[in-house]
Amino acid sequence: MNYTALSLSQAPPLSVPLRFFLTAPLFLAAAALLFIFADPTLLSGRWSPLMLALTHLITLGFLATCMVGAVQQLLPVLIGTPFGSPRRVAALLHLPLVAGIALLVTGMGLTRPLLLQLGSALLLPALLLFILLTAHALWRTRSRHATVAAMGLALLGLLLLGAIALWVLPLSHWQPPLAHPYTRLHIGWGAVGWIGALLIGVAYQVVPMFQITPEYPPRVRRWLIPALALLLTGWSLSHDWLPILTPLLGHLLALLLALFAAQTLWLQEQRRRRLADVSLDFWRLAMLSLLLALLTWVAGQWLHWPRLELLTGALFLLGFATSAVNGMLYKIVPFLVWLHLNSRLQAQGRWQGGVPNMKQVILPGVTRWQLRLHLLALALLLLTLALPTTIPPWIAGGLWLANALFLWWNLLQGVRCYRRTLQAAQAVPV
Amino acid sequence: MTFTSQMGADHHRCDELFASVEQAVEGGQWPQAAQAHQHFIEAMEQHLQTEEQLLFPAFEEASGMREGPTSMMRYEHEQMRELFAQMGEALSAERGEDYLGAAETLLILMQQHNAKEEQILYPMLDQVLAPQAATLLAQLESRIKQG
Repeated sequence: MNYTALSLSQAPPLSVPLRFFLTAPLFLAAAALLFIFADPTLLSGRWSPLMLALTHLITLGFLATCMVGAVQQLLPVLIGTPFGSPRRVAALLHLPLVAGIALLVTGMGLTRPLLLQLGSALLLPALLLFILLTAHALWRTRSRHATVAAMGLALLGLLLLGAIALWVLPLSHWQPPLAHPYTRLHIGWGAVGWIGALLIGVAYQVVPMFQITPEYPPRVRRWLIPALALLLTGWSLSHDWLPILTPLLGHLLALLLALFAAQTLWLQEQRRRRLADVSLDFWRLAMLSLLLALLTWVAGQWLHWPRLELLTGALFLLGFATSAVNGMLYKIVPFLVWLHLNSRLQAQGRWQGGVPNMKQVILPGVTRWQLRLHLLALALLLLTLALPTTIPPWIAGGLWLANALFLWWNLLQGVRCYRRTLQAAQAVPV
Repeated sequence: MTFTSQMGADHHRCDELFASVEQAVEGGQWPQAAQAHQHFIEAMEQHLQTEEQLLFPAFEEASGMREGPTSMMRYEHEQMRELFAQMGEALSAERGEDYLGAAETLLILMQQHNAKEEQILYPMLDQVLAPQAATLLAQLESRIKQG
C-alpha cells in the first residue's frame, strides 16, 4: 500500500504553509525598522500615517500572513475539509498578499493614494479568495466543534473590517490618517471579531491538546462566540442608533475577552503535562497581555490619557496576538517538518537513518532564548510608549528587530533541517 | 453511551499515562519511567487495536468506505508505532533528550489524530454503526478496560 499518498492527501505540501510562516516575521522586522527610524512624533498618538503603517505591518503583515498559512494547514486536520489544489491556491494567495500588504503599508506611511489603491487592488481579491475558500470548507465540514463557529466569526470580522476600510478610504480621498467615525468599527471588528475569535477558536483546540489540560467548559464553548458576535453587532449598531449603550456594550465585550483569558490561564494551571515548554510560556504571556490590554482599554475609557491607547494597541497586537502566534509556530513548524520527512522517507523504507524528532528540528534552547528576547522587547516597548521622553525608541525598536529576525532564523533552521535530511537520504544508495 | 464518549474518554486515559512517563523521564527516574512507559504503550496498543480490529472493520463493512478516513487513521497508527519504538530505544539507553524529543513529536501526532477521530470519525461511527452499537460497545468495553 502506498502510504505516502495517503498521508499527504490530508496535509498540503510543506511549502504551502511554510512560505507564509517564513514571510510573516519579515513584516514584523519591517515594523521594528519603522519604529527605529521614524520621526519621534510617531509616539505622539494613534492618528499619524506612520502609526497606521506600523499597525498594519503587524496586523496584516504578521498576523494575517500567519493566519492564511496556518488555516491552509489546519483545515484538513481540524475540520477535515482541505482546500482543493492546495499548491495553486497557496501560489494565488501568497504573492498578491505580500505585495499588496507592502504597497498598502507604504501608501499609508507616505500618504500616497496611488500606492494605497494598488495595494488594495492586490490585497483585497487575495483576502476575498481566502475568505471564500475557508467559508466553503467550514460549510462542508462534518465537525460540530466550537472552533467552527469561532472561525466563522473570525472570517466575518475579516470581511467586515475589509469592507469598512474599502468604504471609508474613497470617502476620505484615499488620505489617511482616518479618524473617521467608522474606523472604530474597523478596529472593533478587527480586534474582537477577527483576531479575538480566531485565537479563541484556535485555543479551544490547542490549549487542551498541547499541554493535556481539561477542555474549555461546554458552557464557554457554547456561548462565548455567539455572545461576542451578538455584543459586537449591538455595539456597532449602537453608535448610530443608541449611543448611550455603546460604552456598556464595549465594557461587556472586554469582560468576555477577560473571562476567556482567565479561563485559559486557569486551564493551563491544571495541565497534566508539567514539562518546561516554550509554546506554553508564549501562550501564558499572551493571556496576561490580553488581560492588561483590556485593563488599559477600560482605563482609557475613563482617563483620556492618549498613551493608554498606544499601550492597549501594543499589548493587544504584540503582547497578546503576536505572542500566541509565535508560540504556535514553534509547535507547527517542527511538527510539519517531521511529518513530511517521515512520509517521504521512512514510510517508503528508503532511509533508515532516522527522521529528526521535533526537538531536533528546532532546538528548544534557541526558542527559549527567543522567548526571553521577546519578553524584553515587549517590556521595553511598553516603557517607551508610557515614557516616550525618557527612553529613546531605538532601544525597543532594535530589540523588536532582533526578536523578529531571531524568530525568522529559527523557523528557517526547521527548513534547513528538512533539506539536509532529504539530501542525506538521497546520498544513500537504495 | 456512544463511540465518541467511550473512545474519547480512552484518549484522555492515554494522555494521562503519557504525561506520567514524560515527567518520570524528565526527572531521570528511569525505573519509574520504564514502568510508566510500559503502561502507556499497553494502553495505546489496546486503544489502537480496538479500532483496527473492531471498530474500523465494522465501519468499513457498514459504510463501504475502505480507502476513506479509516485508512488514514491506520496509517497514523503506524507512524505512532514508529515513535513508540524510538521512545523504547531511548528508554533502554537512558537517553532522556531523545526520549522527550520523540515523545513531543508523538504528542502532536497523537493529538491531531485524536482531534480528527473525536470531531469527525467517531461521530460518523455513532451514525453508521447505530444498529449494532450495543454489541460493539460491549465488546469495546471488555477490550479497553483490561489494563
